[in-house]
Amino acid sequence: MNLLSIFVAIPVLMLAGLFLSRTRQQARIISATGASLLMVAAVALAFLFMAERHAGNTAEMLFTASAQWFPAWNIGYSVGVDGISVLMILLSAFIVFTGIFTSWNIDPLPKEYFMWFCLLSVGVFGFFISLDLFTMFMFYEVALIPMYLLIGVWGSGKKEYAAMKLTLMLMGGSALLMLGILGIYFGSGATSMDIMDIAQSTIPTALQKYFFPLTFIGFGVLGALFPFHTWSPDGHASAPTAVSMLHAGVLMKLGGYGCFRVAMFLMPEAANELGWIFLILTGISVVYGAFSACVQKDLKYINAYSSVSHCGLVLFALLMMNTTAMTGAIMQMLSHGLMTALFFALIGMIYGRTHTRDIREMGGLMKIMPFLGVGYVIAGLASLGLPGLSGFVAEMNVFVGSFQHADTFHRVLTLIAVTSIVITAVYILRVVGKILYGPVQNPAHLKLTDAVWFERLPVVVLILAIAAIGLYPSWIADWIHTALEPIVSRLTLAAL
Amino acid sequence: MDFSGFLLMRDEISLVALILILLLYDLFAPAKARKAFQPVACLLFVVQIAITLLPTAADHAFGGMYVNTPVASVVKTLMSAGTLLVFLFSKKWLEEKHEIAQGEFYFLTLSTLLGMYFMVSSGHFLMFYLGIELASIPLACLVAFSKKDIFSAEAGAKFILNASFASGVSLFGMSLLYGGTGTLYFSDMPIALTGTPLQIAGMILFATGLFFKMSLIPYHSWTADVYQGAPTQVSAYLSVVSKTAAAVTLFTIFFKVFGVMAESWKPVLYIIIILSITIANVFAIRQKNIKRFLAYSSISQAGYIVLGVMAASPQGLTGVVYYMMVYMFANIAAFGVAALVERQCGNTEISSYNGLYKTNPWLSVLMMFALFSLAGIPPFAGFFSKFFIFASAVQQGYYILVLIALLNTIISLYYYLLIVRAMFITPNDNPLPNFRSDNYSRIAMVVCFFGIVLSGIVSFFYNKFDEMAKESMEVCEYSMPKATDGTANGIATAAFDGQTAEAASGDASAATATTAMNATAPWPSTQE
Repeated sequence: MNLLSIFVAIPVLMLAGLFLSRTRQQARIISATGASLLMVAAVALAFLFMAERHAGNTAEMLFTASAQWFPAWNIGYSVGVDGISVLMILLSAFIVFTGIFTSWNIDPLPKEYFMWFCLLSVGVFGFFISLDLFTMFMFYEVALIPMYLLIGVWGSGKKEYAAMKLTLMLMGGSALLMLGILGIYFGSGATSMDIMDIAQSTIPTALQKYFFPLTFIGFGVLGALFPFHTWSPDGHASAPTAVSMLHAGVLMKLGGYGCFRVAMFLMPEAANELGWIFLILTGISVVYGAFSACVQKDLKYINAYSSVSHCGLVLFALLMMNTTAMTGAIMQMLSHGLMTALFFALIGMIYGRTHTRDIREMGGLMKIMPFLGVGYVIAGLASLGLPGLSGFVAEMNVFVGSFQHADTFHRVLTLIAVTSIVITAVYILRVVGKILYGPVQNPAHLKLTDAVWFERLPVVVLILAIAAIGLYPSWIADWIHTALEPIVSRLTLAAL
Repeated sequence: MDFSGFLLMRDEISLVALILILLLYDLFAPAKARKAFQPVACLLFVVQIAITLLPTAADHAFGGMYVNTPVASVVKTLMSAGTLLVFLFSKKWLEEKHEIAQGEFYFLTLSTLLGMYFMVSSGHFLMFYLGIELASIPLACLVAFSKKDIFSAEAGAKFILNASFASGVSLFGMSLLYGGTGTLYFSDMPIALTGTPLQIAGMILFATGLFFKMSLIPYHSWTADVYQGAPTQVSAYLSVVSKTAAAVTLFTIFFKVFGVMAESWKPVLYIIIILSITIANVFAIRQKNIKRFLAYSSISQAGYIVLGVMAASPQGLTGVVYYMMVYMFANIAAFGVAALVERQCGNTEISSYNGLYKTNPWLSVLMMFALFSLAGIPPFAGFFSKFFIFASAVQQGYYILVLIALLNTIISLYYYLLIVRAMFITPNDNPLPNFRSDNYSRIAMVVCFFGIVLSGIVSFFYNKFDEMAKESMEVCEYSMPKATDGTANGIATAAFDGQTAEAASGDASAATATTAMNATAPWPSTQE
């Protein structure tokens, strides 16, 4: 079997195993084993990838394989990875791994919960390894639908409303996407749906103008593009902890990844021509998300709006279309994925103890649960871009890259977007100050306990990953540079 | 005398034999043996399905009255399989409620099936008319099968009135066509078709019969009432098997006979598709009764199927046949679960599904899979069938139409999720208690389950149908003229060349697709 197919095979096997499991303990063990295997496989893939590159293999995509599936439409199962996909797979493996441990005590119906969780990861991994438009799109939708039940059954608050809203909005995006994909395929005249093959032929610019917005918005909905972001706060606030982690941490990255891998890579002319519209929208996302986070009172809402802002920055940087900014965008994806997962995990743990997420009802938690408190502070610092943590590296690249554009339009937008750093600091420090320091608001909270082993494990893993990117970013920067080269060169060529 | 014609018709002949055997068995078998009537009938039916699976040559018999193609043959197999699934779901219900009339149920159902066989294989309008009548009249009896139930009787009356009106209009259309062309043979008519108003009127009136069978809007008004009133098993049959026959016949006739007048019927279909999908979707949202709900959902599904007719290409035909198969598994599963729940709780309200997952997990999961498949969500087969049918329409340049259809899938997802929500999320203190379904229903449910899950991912079916569709297009004298420069699909100007007109857009070669895109009407002009 192809190395990459393992990433789809493991979750499928987990599904089968969970289906046969009888008790909560069995379900846990199967999920934990599977997630660990995924972790090992992802790390192994990273090393193998590094070895291949060192050996001088400069092919765009490595570990490729393809098989005919529906010859009538030239659809195949074709897989392959470049540096960016490997990083995304690593990120997904991290979040799935930590997510499983975060939902150790899920109730009710643990078996069903883990099964939907596995189906979600089938979609996520499948999406990142796919090169075929159809297969990619299929996995994309596979990743979306489990959300409905995960939020609807195991969520909290306005869960039915949130689940329906999220599902319909994301599926609406994917409806546009389907038309976009068909348009790309027929417009390019390519003889396969493989992205690399389609890239060989050019799509007429007149057609690109129709399909670029369709595809970009289609993926953009999942990447919280401004007017289509409204599913995100409700969805994330109602979802159970691990689902918020996976959704904000990985699923929103599917949107960003699709935007550059499909929309911008295959339709560079339209990207150059229409990019400015989306640049404005993403600029609004960045600032608006940050401001909204400032006034929220629910911890999860704060983090959800912060995700809108940070994911907006990903798309913003991608649309800047130069190597530095796009490198920043990919790093921001990783950084946001890890730190938002950490945030949601910690919020879930705090909520599990205090039974409230309202910041006005909490205070002085640092003394009561120091481990969780410190974790929260680290996540917050990463989020506001403290040097040494991942957020700094990402934002630095993004803004330096964006400012490289000499024209007023780009520079003004960059200046506006930069303000988000300050606003981020405001809402992060506000929360930290309110809930972690100061007097204890509720005497009942004094009896609460700190984290236990299966809670500490995900937190430590995520913090280590955040610090690793922050302290030594150059290894991933190299991968990203190499992977971005063909995309950036296509975009630059199209701009001329 | 040449008997090869009879050999060609072995699907029909085996079905007639089955009907006669069952009729005699029901008449003369002693009371003890009659207890085994249903198992024996199902077993014999399996044999008949096996016969339809044998490869048949693409040929015609009786001077072109009867035409057999690989696609027609596979469609017959599908319809038989669907009917068998309905039988399996009906067994317990017949035993409990209609002990004496078991034979009649089988006899009537198989008779309509025979009519549908003839519809699919007809090569002449008279033959087609016989088929559609044979498929309609016994169906009315089936709809009114629970004759002591006032709703069933009402539904039967509604159905027969609507059906006879539709077939009357259809017959009138045929007579106009005969007047306008001087022939009723499918193969001769295209040469005589010049697009005069008389011919167009004849074509549209003729199509009414098929639109009625598929319950497309505006010919749909009977659907919800009949589906609700009829026994649930019969509704399943109506919504699946009957629609399959009509959809495939619609494709064959519009493509084969009226292909030269495509520019006259395409706008009609365009409007019908938009109306069917949109209006039915909006109506479905408000339904409180599961059978009415599925009725509206099946109207909108019929709209998607017609997209494949719109494409009028080999891919379109494959799309239609494949869609019907996938739809069959999903819809029969949904109706089957509805029938089981109905037998248990005595009503068909959606509120009886609240909290069903807690007590009857398997039924709920099957229902959910069926609904997801209908909504077109991967990895279930419905996703693939929708994608392919959309792709075949986009290939011919119907971007706006596909966009409307795609946006409608979101509305449909909403109401399908409402049922899923009822089963999985809505809290209910006393949900329907756990019950055991009979073994026959279980077999049917297992078949549907695997059909829903596997017939998409396993590409065998689609690829096989694709092969068959291409073959059918080549062998039988389909009349879609060759594409000439300038016209997108060669719909309008090219003269009919009588012989094996290769389907214009036969190859998925995207080069022609691009020109198609630029030239076909619904797409805004891209030449600058």
